Amino acid sequence: MSAVAEEFITEDGRKIGAVVMEMKNITLKFGGVVAIKDISFDIRQGEIRAIIGPNGAGKSSMLNVISGFYHPQEGEVWYKGARRPTMRPYQVAAQGIARTFQNIALFEGMSVLDNVMTGRLTHMKTNMFQQGLWYGKARAEEIENRQKAEEIIDFLEIQAIRKTPVGRLPYGLKKRVELARALAAEPSILLLDEPMAGMNVEEKEDMSRFILDVNDEFGTTIALIEHDMGVVMDLSDRVVVMDYGKKIGDGTPDEVRNNQNVIDAYLGVAHD
Amino acid sequence: MFYRESGDFKTTYIDDDQTFPIKFDRYRYYAVMFVAFAIIPFMVNDYWVNAIFLPFLIYSIAAIGLNILVGYCGQVSLGTGGFMAVGAYAVYKLMTAFPDVSIVFHIFAAGAITAAVGVLFGLPSLRIKGFYLAVATLAAQFFLVWLFNRVPWFYNYSASGQINAPERTVFGEAVTGPNVNAWAVYLICLVFVTITALIARNLTRGTLGRKWMAIRDMDIAAEIIGVNPLTAKMSAFAVSSFFIGISGALFFAVYLGAAETGEAFGITKSFLILFMIIIGGLGSIFGSFAGAAFLVLLPVFLKVVGADWLGVPTDIVAHFQLVIVGALIILFLVLEPHGLAQLWRVAKEKLRLWPFPH
Repeated sequence: MSAVAEEFITEDGRKIGAVVMEMKNITLKFGGVVAIKDISFDIRQGEIRAIIGPNGAGKSSMLNVISGFYHPQEGEVWYKGARRPTMRPYQVAAQGIARTFQNIALFEGMSVLDNVMTGRLTHMKTNMFQQGLWYGKARAEEIENRQKAEEIIDFLEIQAIRKTPVGRLPYGLKKRVELARALAAEPSILLLDEPMAGMNVEEKEDMSRFILDVNDEFGTTIALIEHDMGVVMDLSDRVVVMDYGKKIGDGTPDEVRNNQNVIDAYLGVAHD
Repeated sequence: MFYRESGDFKTTYIDDDQTFPIKFDRYRYYAVMFVAFAIIPFMVNDYWVNAIFLPFLIYSIAAIGLNILVGYCGQVSLGTGGFMAVGAYAVYKLMTAFPDVSIVFHIFAAGAITAAVGVLFGLPSLRIKGFYLAVATLAAQFFLVWLFNRVPWFYNYSASGQINAPERTVFGEAVTGPNVNAWAVYLICLVFVTITALIARNLTRGTLGRKWMAIRDMDIAAEIIGVNPLTAKMSAFAVSSFFIGISGALFFAVYLGAAETGEAFGITKSFLILFMIIIGGLGSIFGSFAGAAFLVLLPVFLKVVGADWLGVPTDIVAHFQLVIVGALIILFLVLEPHGLAQLWRVAKEKLRLWPFPH
């Protein structure tokens, strides 16, 4: 680990910190299908790290490996300077990694507030008996966490819908509520799986602003998958490019933009 | 007019989190509690208690229990009858083994024993979902009934195979056995209903309730957000079975007095409780009460109307009762699939705007 520089200056002149998560030679197979092949990359403290690639490149699988949903056959995940043992997703969440999903995965039957409060689960410690009694510890904890949840709700400007059942909300707002739920966990790394899929320009601008604000105000490290190249190049500090499960590029947006392998993967290459 | 939140400002999260945030609702709730505790006990007679109040109260506890499992946590169970039987036989064994201990402790202990059994039979839920889980819990139903029928230790080797509740008192007043007063059995059940409903409400509005609902709505997302599916599902089975166990204990000891498993706690009981929560509304404490009231009161109401008012022979009334109840259930589910609780919610929405709906 010591070989890696402690600091890194991005293209925009932003200073980002040391490596917080490192993927080492990850290989993930489903039967005979190799979804991810021998990929290594790192995520630095406080940066916005984009993972891009054509459809089926293995980007979401990569995120699923990070969040403990898939267990790679080969390779290691290093988190905060230690090798992470094989973990279930809820254990990963307890370590401070939160995520959103490509297809919204909110709890439709619950209100926006309850969804955001669910995001704070990893911070709530009272047991079943204290909660059954309610008065005392459970209520104090509930109020304390409600305060945090309300801060997130304010931050993402969804105050007006806090008591609305999620099922009734339009798509764009659902995406925002999902971000709120992930943020409520106060994660050290936030994984966003296509946060802008299916949004119009205005909604994309809003979401981009929120992502930048989150990174700026809370200092949250963000890893995101996105197809909109304009957004990716604008937002991210560094980019990993994947194609057919392999890493074909890694670096700052400018480096990636001028990488011949990346251009070939996106535009196709002449066979002669 | 008076049923609305405007002007009723909440300035703390504690105020905002209370069970009945609207003032009128709160007063209505106090009024219901007052009538239930201070007026009804003086007016009831044996008929009212045995035909209406006891079954309603006891089934309410079971419905709340099942609603926690099915409505809140999304784990379908058909083992309710079997779990009620566990509560009944547990309380019977405890009553006969420790005659000096108060029956109140026995009933809670029976609930705890049922919770343990519920967790055991809930283990398959970690692997299977939906209809398949329903079939697995059905196995629990048949196994438990078989167990209590075939192992004489459970019914203390009595010749008839039945269990009979000996007389026990609370504060000097008999609540089980043949010499009970109507108001006493009513009150003991009411106390248990109040306690269990409060516990259920507290659990479902807090962290545990959100874990259950998260598992119900999307188990994958729940796990990613930090819900341990094992503890969430097992706690739902435990709490649910605890309530159902208490209900079974009361059903046997206070209501029936004597019971035989296959008859009192058969598969029909499982379906009855399931219908109650479906009609009442899944995922709602109020719905549990509404469903229990509907299925207990409707047959009685039809009997009174048919036999007493219209003078139709009782055997015909008994048959028509089944037909009408069945038809009403179907009608009801077509009109309002989310149950009585949803109907109540819609009514409240309307009432908030009344009389100026714009």
